[in-house]
Amino acid sequence: MKICLTGGRILGEGSPVDLYIEDNMMVEKLSGTPDRVIDLHGKAVFPGLIDAHCHLRDPGFEYREDIASGTRSAAKGGFTSVCPMPNTMPVCDNPSVVRSIVAKAKAVASANIFPIGAVSKGLAGKELAEYGLMKEEGIVAVSDDGKPVATADLMRKAMQYASDFSLIVMNHCEEMSLADGAMNEGDISTEMGLRGIPTAAEDIMIARDITLSEYLGLPVHICHVSTKGGIEMIRAAKARGVQVTAETCPHYFVLTEDSCRGFDTNAKMNPPLRKEEDRLAVIQGLADKTIDMIVTDHAPHHPDEKDIEFALANNGIVGFETAFSLAYTYLVKPGHLSIADLSDAMSVFPSKLLLLNRGSLDSGKPADVAVFDLENPYIFRKDQMLSKARNTPFDGYELYGETMLTITGGRITYEKLC
Amino acid sequence: MRLRNKDLLGMKELEAEEIAEILRTAEMMKMVMTSGNKKTSHLQGKSVVTLFYENSTRTRLSFEMASKFMGASSANISASGSSVSKGESLLDTARTIDVMSTDIIAMRHSQSGAPHYIAKNVKASVINAGDGMNEHPTQALLDMFTMKERLSTLDGIEVAICGDVYHSRVARSNAIGLAKMGAKVRIAGPSTMMPPGMEKLGCKVVRRVEDAVYGADVVMGLRLQLERQTKSLFPSVAEYARYYAITPQMLALAKDNALVMHPGPCNHGVEMPTVVYDSPQSVINEQVTNGVAVRMAVMYLLMARRNQE
Repeated sequence: MKICLTGGRILGEGSPVDLYIEDNMMVEKLSGTPDRVIDLHGKAVFPGLIDAHCHLRDPGFEYREDIASGTRSAAKGGFTSVCPMPNTMPVCDNPSVVRSIVAKAKAVASANIFPIGAVSKGLAGKELAEYGLMKEEGIVAVSDDGKPVATADLMRKAMQYASDFSLIVMNHCEEMSLADGAMNEGDISTEMGLRGIPTAAEDIMIARDITLSEYLGLPVHICHVSTKGGIEMIRAAKARGVQVTAETCPHYFVLTEDSCRGFDTNAKMNPPLRKEEDRLAVIQGLADKTIDMIVTDHAPHHPDEKDIEFALANNGIVGFETAFSLAYTYLVKPGHLSIADLSDAMSVFPSKLLLLNRGSLDSGKPADVAVFDLENPYIFRKDQMLSKARNTPFDGYELYGETMLTITGGRITYEKLC
Repeated sequence: MRLRNKDLLGMKELEAEEIAEILRTAEMMKMVMTSGNKKTSHLQGKSVVTLFYENSTRTRLSFEMASKFMGASSANISASGSSVSKGESLLDTARTIDVMSTDIIAMRHSQSGAPHYIAKNVKASVINAGDGMNEHPTQALLDMFTMKERLSTLDGIEVAICGDVYHSRVARSNAIGLAKMGAKVRIAGPSTMMPPGMEKLGCKVVRRVEDAVYGADVVMGLRLQLERQTKSLFPSVAEYARYYAITPQMLALAKDNALVMHPGPCNHGVEMPTVVYDSPQSVINEQVTNGVAVRMAVMYLLMARRNQE
């Protein structure tokens, strides 16, 4: 298949250019007449987005989401590659589960899937999983996401052993003895009578992981940073050369704990939504690249798991279909990030971190492309989502950056008439 | 005056005028219930269901007596002995009650926000009879009624609330409600049982019980909620009682004839010794009496609002 994308502007800047795709690669020019010419009418063309942290619930929890529905949802959000976390059932902690995910992805997925393997067998935090064998089947990192690597000893061994296979450890940072709660600890949790999770729970483990990284001289990646204190520690660590990288999610720079008022379970996350000072620190952290990338932490849940008593509801929200628009609307439009910074945070950096050889529109690269409308606002409607789940707090938000076209490996995976 | 909302979910949701109206109405209801003929027809033809997921003596009986005194049909359902023990969800249980033409559901649940969640999903008026650590509005209303009856006003009175604040929905509802009515509330308890930001509810947080009690018009003890302690928050009941109990010596720091209150049930010798519990200053049993009058008033006003719709 030969595709000519005409009249698009790279990152929405400069004059319109033509881009060529042949088979599954970006090419300098086509070998013959294109099978399809798509006029982008000046819309913004980006390297396909890469989500380094999501949950596809497949295998085991297909009633929430599966590889087909999850990647359709991802494609609608402009994502061409997604990295599902291993907390499936069975847990993705051995090569055969990785192999089955990769095989299913090949058959039904609308995006590239690069699985993340478990740090520990069964996510139990006791024994290392088979990083080498899992890497041969396609994992790009290891994480026990959802559960922190509780002991410093296992974290140390995971970082050391992962480095033998050029894998990074992505840690969900929370000191669990402090994290027995339903929302951020503070005056609002007090007012609502909910048990709180202090920012200290996150900060303590970030401090531990930075300490290990510095001591061992090995990289560590901090998942979904939500606290001002954590960001300050990461900034200071980077300044003295520690190999620490970090990610955050759109909800941490758009929402605060105020959203929990009224016991809205779509505001229940882990880590929890924090205070305004934390939200501003997340934005500052993205602006000065203390936080390297934006991930969705796409966490689909069934209504029966969300439409219940607050403290009993599952954590998390779906994120694929709002991530780019929220980032563009809340970070780029107000001038906190440049458009190039945004592309770095959602494509270039994750590709570099996970060694995916993507995040670029240069010829010779895989043809992963996303096209967005940066000019016209739209109303995000949860009933129009392609995910199986509907757990989003952003229903009815007016946003910029609607996806117009997504191409993954030369195949059109989402298209809205330009 | 009409209540603004279909439900009574918390003191947070009530405005000062609504609180005043409930307290005024409760005065009339108290006259009814203390007269020889404890029967009105205010709720005749209405049905009240108490749905309790946690144990209760006073609150539940009080709702039941209040509805009977006003002529309503009333029924009780609790978690044990109902389909809840077969795993039926809260929502399905509440809807089942609702579709039996129920007008009022008074519910208690261990989860904060459970009544708010149910209120959105049923036609009946939901009265929060205690939700987790969040609120217990009818308790605060009966406490305020008792204070007002004895002290003639709430405006400017000084109220000390002492003990296990962290787990206490009574403390939260009282702090919020009393602040709205102009009372000065001082709260004290062990730091491990003091949730952050209590002062944002309109009260003053002090370190020592003495500082809360000093010069107070009302001294309220809170039950040490041993069943909710999931972590070690204090070393022993004996040490707790030594530093946080309202003893006669402690009470002497309050104004002369300061009222002693407790939401019950009381751990005698822990929150306060029996000599204080039974002292002439104690209005603990009156609180229970007033609880019936206040719940009559709340149900009456909710139904009056409903009838006007």
